Amino acid sequence: MPLPDIELEQIEMDLFVLALKRRHGFDFSQYAPASLTRRVRQLVQVHQCASITELTARLLHEADFVTQVVQGLSVPVSEMFRDPAVFRALREQVLPMLASYPRINVWQAGCANGQEVYSLAILLEEAGLYERSHIFATDFNPDALQRASEGIYPAKDAQLWSRNYLEAGGNHTLANYYSARYDFIRLHERLRRHITFTNHNLVTDRMFCEAHLVLCRNVLIYFSNPLQNRTLALFRDSLVRGGYLCLGLRESLDFAPVAVDFSAVDAGMRLYRRTLQLTSETCDAPA
Amino acid sequence: MRRPELIAIGCSQGGFNALRILLGGLDRRLSQTLLVCCHTSGNVDSLCELLGNHSALPVMEARERQLATGGAVHIAPGGYHLLIENDRHFALSVDEQVCHSRPSIDVMFSSATDVYHSAMIGVILTGANRDGAEGLARIRQRGGIAVVQDPENADASAMPCAALDLAGADYCVALEQIAPLLNHLCLA
Repeated sequence: MPLPDIELEQIEMDLFVLALKRRHGFDFSQYAPASLTRRVRQLVQVHQCASITELTARLLHEADFVTQVVQGLSVPVSEMFRDPAVFRALREQVLPMLASYPRINVWQAGCANGQEVYSLAILLEEAGLYERSHIFATDFNPDALQRASEGIYPAKDAQLWSRNYLEAGGNHTLANYYSARYDFIRLHERLRRHITFTNHNLVTDRMFCEAHLVLCRNVLIYFSNPLQNRTLALFRDSLVRGGYLCLGLRESLDFAPVAVDFSAVDAGMRLYRRTLQLTSETCDAPA
Repeated sequence: MRRPELIAIGCSQGGFNALRILLGGLDRRLSQTLLVCCHTSGNVDSLCELLGNHSALPVMEARERQLATGGAVHIAPGGYHLLIENDRHFALSVDEQVCHSRPSIDVMFSSATDVYHSAMIGVILTGANRDGAEGLARIRQRGGIAVVQDPENADASAMPCAALDLAGADYCVALEQIAPLLNHLCLA
C-alpha cells in the first residue's frame, strides 16, 4: 500500500480539525501535530476508512460518530499513584502546607479514567484532610468522565497500583480502598464523597474554581507551545496565591512565558507554586 | 538520494551493549541528529551517562519541546513515546504501548519519517520482540535507508528477524560493522 502523500495528508488533517471544530465545537487546532496525526491515522484504521477525508465526512454527516472520534483522540492512559515519587512528594511537601486552609480545593485537569483522582482522594484521606477537601475532576471526554465516576478498573492492574501506593508512602494497603469482583476492582463509594466529576475543556472553557492544588499530568504534552502557555495561565489564575501546581515528570516549561509566575517547589517532581506577585500578563480568556 | 540528516536507532533486549559498541564507533564529525529508542520504563539518566562515556558525540535525554540538534545522540525517555514535529522539536506522548513498549521504536521511526522523508537512516539492533519492523518498512517506503543488525550476531534475534521479514534491509551487517557503515553513509 503506498503511503499517503504527506502534503495531501496535511490538507486532510486541516479539514478534519476544521470539521471537528465547526460541526462539534471540539478545537484541536492548537494540539501538537505529531501525536494528533498519529491518533487520526489510528482512527482511520479502526473505523476502516479509506482516508482521513472519509473520517471527516462521517464526522460531518453521522449523528453519533463524534463520540467515537473524541474517544479516539483523548486516549486516556494512566494508573493509580503513577510515578509514586510524585505522590510521595505531594504527601510530604504539599499536603502539610494545605493543612493550614479551612477548605481545600483540588482541581485535577484532564482526569481521564480517574485513576489519579482516587489516588488523590486516598492521599487526602490518609493525611486527615479529606473531610474539608473537595476534588474537581475534569475532562473533555464524557466517556472517560463516566468511567472515572464509576471507579471500576481491571483487576490485573491492581498489583502494580498496590506497589505504587506503597512506594508513594501509603499507610495501609491499597486493597483497603477497593472491593474485588470477578476480574474487576471497584473503588469504595466513600472515596467519591468529595469528588465532583465535571466536563471541562482546557482549550475552550474558562476557570471555574479557586484551587489550592492543580494537578495536570501528561495533558499539556499534547499541546502546542501557545496552548500550553495559555493553559498554564488558566491554572495560575485558578490558583490561590502560593497554590500548588503538579505537572507530568517529563513536561517542560522552557517555552512557556507564564512559567515566571511559578516557582519550583521540587523541580524534579515538576511541583510548582504560584508566586505571590504575578509578573506576566493575566490570562486572555478564549473568545 | 538526499544525504541523511537523521539516524534513528531502535533496540531492546541486549541493547545497552549494542549501543555501547555502535555509538563508540561513530565519527565525531557526524553532523546528523541521532535518536535512540531503547525499551525501558525507567529513568534514562544513567544510560545517557554510561553511553556518553563511550561516545565521541554527546548523549542526552530527548526533552519535550527541545530542538533535535545535530551531532548529538538523543535518547527517548522511559515510559514515553518520542515523536518529532515538523519544525524538528521533540514531542512526547503517553499513548498506549505499541508492541508492549513505550517508548516504541515504531512510533519514533514513523514520526521521524514524516519529517525527514528519505533523508534518514533507520537502524534495528538486538531485541526480543517485533517493535520497529513496521517503522522500518515505512522508512524504506519513503526512500530512507534501512540497516538491520545481522540476527546471527545479535543477543536477541527476534527484533532483527522481524524487521527483515517485514521491511527487508538495505544493509544487514554485524554489530561491529554498523558504526563504520553509518560513518561512511553520512560522511562520504
